[in-house]
Amino acid sequence: MEQDITLKKEGQGLAFLKPMLVKLTSKFQQGDLISWLKKSGITILSIALFLGLWHLGSKALYNKEANYKIEKALTEQGQEAADAERACIASGDSSCQPNTLPAPSQVWASLQSLIADHKVITADKAAFAQKMEATNEKLIAQGKDAIVYTGRASFIDIVLTSIKTVFAGFLLALLIAVPIGIIIGLSPSLRSAFNWFIQIFKPVSPVVWYLLVFMIVKTLYIGDSSDNAFVISFISVGLCAMWATLVNTAMGVSSVDKDYINVAKVLKLGTFQKVFKVILPSSLPLIFTGLRITLSVAWMVLIAIELLAQSQGLGLFVWEEFQNGANDSNSKIIVAMFVIGIIGFLLDRLMLMVQNMVSFNKNEGV
Amino acid sequence: MAYLELNNIYKIYGEGDGATEVLSDINLSIEEGEFVAIVGFTGSGKTTLVNLINGLLKPTSGEILFKGEPIIDTSHERGVIFQNYSLLPWLTVGQNIYMAVKEAFPNESKRVLQQRVKDYVAMVSLSPAINKRPKELSGGMRQRVAVARALAMNPEMIIMDEPLGALDALTRGNLQDEILNIWSKDKRTALLITNDVDEGIYMADRIIPLKPGPNATLGPEFKIDIERPRDKTALNDNPNYKKTRNAIIEYLMDIGEARKSVSQTEYILPEISPKSFVA
Ligand SMILES: Nc1ncnc2c1ncn2[C@@H]1O[C@H](COP(=O)(O)OP(=O)(O)OP(=O)(O)O)[C@@H](O)[C@H]1O
Ligand SMILES: [Mg+2]
Repeated sequence: MEQDITLKKEGQGLAFLKPMLVKLTSKFQQGDLISWLKKSGITILSIALFLGLWHLGSKALYNKEANYKIEKALTEQGQEAADAERACIASGDSSCQPNTLPAPSQVWASLQSLIADHKVITADKAAFAQKMEATNEKLIAQGKDAIVYTGRASFIDIVLTSIKTVFAGFLLALLIAVPIGIIIGLSPSLRSAFNWFIQIFKPVSPVVWYLLVFMIVKTLYIGDSSDNAFVISFISVGLCAMWATLVNTAMGVSSVDKDYINVAKVLKLGTFQKVFKVILPSSLPLIFTGLRITLSVAWMVLIAIELLAQSQGLGLFVWEEFQNGANDSNSKIIVAMFVIGIIGFLLDRLMLMVQNMVSFNKNEGV
Repeated sequence: MAYLELNNIYKIYGEGDGATEVLSDINLSIEEGEFVAIVGFTGSGKTTLVNLINGLLKPTSGEILFKGEPIIDTSHERGVIFQNYSLLPWLTVGQNIYMAVKEAFPNESKRVLQQRVKDYVAMVSLSPAINKRPKELSGGMRQRVAVARALAMNPEMIIMDEPLGALDALTRGNLQDEILNIWSKDKRTALLITNDVDEGIYMADRIIPLKPGPNATLGPEFKIDIERPRDKTALNDNPNYKKTRNAIIEYLMDIGEARKSVSQTEYILPEISPKSFVA
C-alpha cells in the first residue's frame, strides 16, 4: 500500500520531467550505441586482421613448398620435369599441390563440403531406415535385434559424439570428485592422508590415464564384442579432468568462514544439517569454479584420448584426416580446430552461467 | 550458587613464542534474572569472553559454571547475538531465523514456527524485508535480524556482543526497550557487551569494565541503583544516574591513560567495526 502511494506521487510529481527523461535516455542509448559500435568494430577489425595474416602466411608457405618442388624437379630430373611440375601446380591439379597450412578460403570451402556431406549422409540414413522399416518390424516381432545404419559418420555426428563423451566424462568426474572432496574437506586427517594420492595423480598425463583405463576396461569387457571405445574414452576423460573439482571442493569445504561454523555450533545443528545447510552452500562457489575447470580440461584432453581410443569423435577425425593426406585434409583439420575451440568456449560460458546462478555473492564481484 | 560463575579464567591464544594471553584472572558471577553489562576497550577481549561463556571457546585455565555445571559446549539455553551478525548469506531473513527456531523447538509444527519467525521479524520491524537476503540489507538491518534470531530461540540467558552498535539512535532505543521487555517479562538473565556507557546504565543492573588488553581483567563493578522501568528522558535529571555515569567514565579514562603512558599505544574508545560477512 505505502509503496503504491509513493510511487503514484512520484509519477505525478515527475511528470514534467518526462520529456527531459526521454531526451536523456535517447542520448544515453546513443552513447551506448557508439560504444557498442566501437567494441564490435574492434572485434571485426581484429578478425579481419587475423584472417589477413593467416591468408598471407598460408600463401607464403604455399609458395615456399611449390618453389621447393619445382627446384627439386629441376635438380633431379632437369628443366623439362621442372616445367611440368610448375604447370601442374598452376593448373590446380590435386596430385601435385603443396600440402601445407590451408588458406581461410579453403577452410571455409571444407566446412561447406562437410555440411553438404552431413546432408547426404542424413538422407542416406533416412532412406536406409525407410527401406529397413518393414524388415526391422519383423525382426523385432521375432525378438531379434533391428538392423541399424552402420555407414560412415558425418562431421556433425562426430561432433555430437565428442560432446556426448565430454558430458559423460564430466558427469563421472562430478560424481567421483564432489563426494570425495566433501569427505576429505570435512576431515583434516583424511585430507592429509589423501594428499599424497592427489599430488601424485593430479599431474598424470591424459595418455597414461587412457592406458590405465584401457587395461582395466579391456579385461572387464573380455569376450564381449561390443564397442568399448566410448566407455574407455569417457572414463579416461573423467579421471583426467576430475582433479580440479576434487581439490576445489576439499578446499571449499575445509575453509568455510568460521562465523558460519560458529552459527552452526550455537544453533546446535546436527552433522547432516551442518553439512547440507551451512558447509555446502558456503562452498558452492568454489565447487563450481572447480567444475568449470574440470569441464574445460575434459574438453581439452578429449581430443588426445579419442585419438588413442579410436572413438568416433573429433580427436579421431583430426588424426584420420592427418593420416589421410587428401587434398582438403589440412583444411578439415583446421575446421575441426575451430569447432573444438568454439564448443570449448560455449561450454565455459555455460558453466560460468551456472556458477553465477549458485553463487550467493556474485554482486560482490568475486 | 550463582547462575553463571567464572572463576580465575585465563585465555591464551596461540602457542610458544606466538602465544598471547588475552584474558587474565577473570572472576565474574551473575545471578539469575540479572542484567549485567560489560564495557571495554576495543580489542581487549570482549568477544573472547563472550565466546567462553557461550561455549564456543574453552578457557586455558579456570572454570566456568552455568547453573552449577561446567560449560563444555554451546547450548540453546544461552542465546548469542554475534558482534558481526553472522547471518548465512545464502538464506533470506526469514530462513535465517527459521533455521534457528526449528532447532530450538524441534517438536513444533511448521506453521507455529513460521508464525514465530514472522512475529520476531515484525518485532525488529523488518517484515517488508523478510524475503530479502542479508546482502540486500543495511548493516543496521542485519544487526536487527541477528537480534531477532537470538531472541526467537527463547533462550534462558541472552548473551549480546555489542548488538546495537551499527544502529541509529532511534532504532537503537526501540531495540533496547524490546530486549528489556523480553528480559523482564520472561525473567531472563542477560549479559550485554557494549561500547556505550549510557546504554549500559539504561539497561543493566551492574556495569563492569574490562581493562585494556593484553592480560585484560575485569575492573570494579558499578551498581546502577535506578528504579525500573527506567525512563530515558527522565534519566538525565536523576542524580544517581549522573553520579554513576561520571564515575564510570572517569574510571575508563583513568585506565585508558594508564595504559597509554605504559605502552605508548593509543587506545581509542571502543568503536565496533562489524566484519562484513560477504566480503
Ligand atoms: N582466534 C584467535 N587467535 C589469536 N588471537 C586472537 C583470536 N581471536 C582474538 N584474538 C586476539 O585477542 C584479542 C581480543 O580479541 P577480541 O575479539 O576478543 O576483542 P574485542 O574486545 O571483542 O574487540 P572488538 O572491540 O574489536 O570487538 C585481540 O588482540 C585479538 O587479536
Ligand atoms: Mg568483539
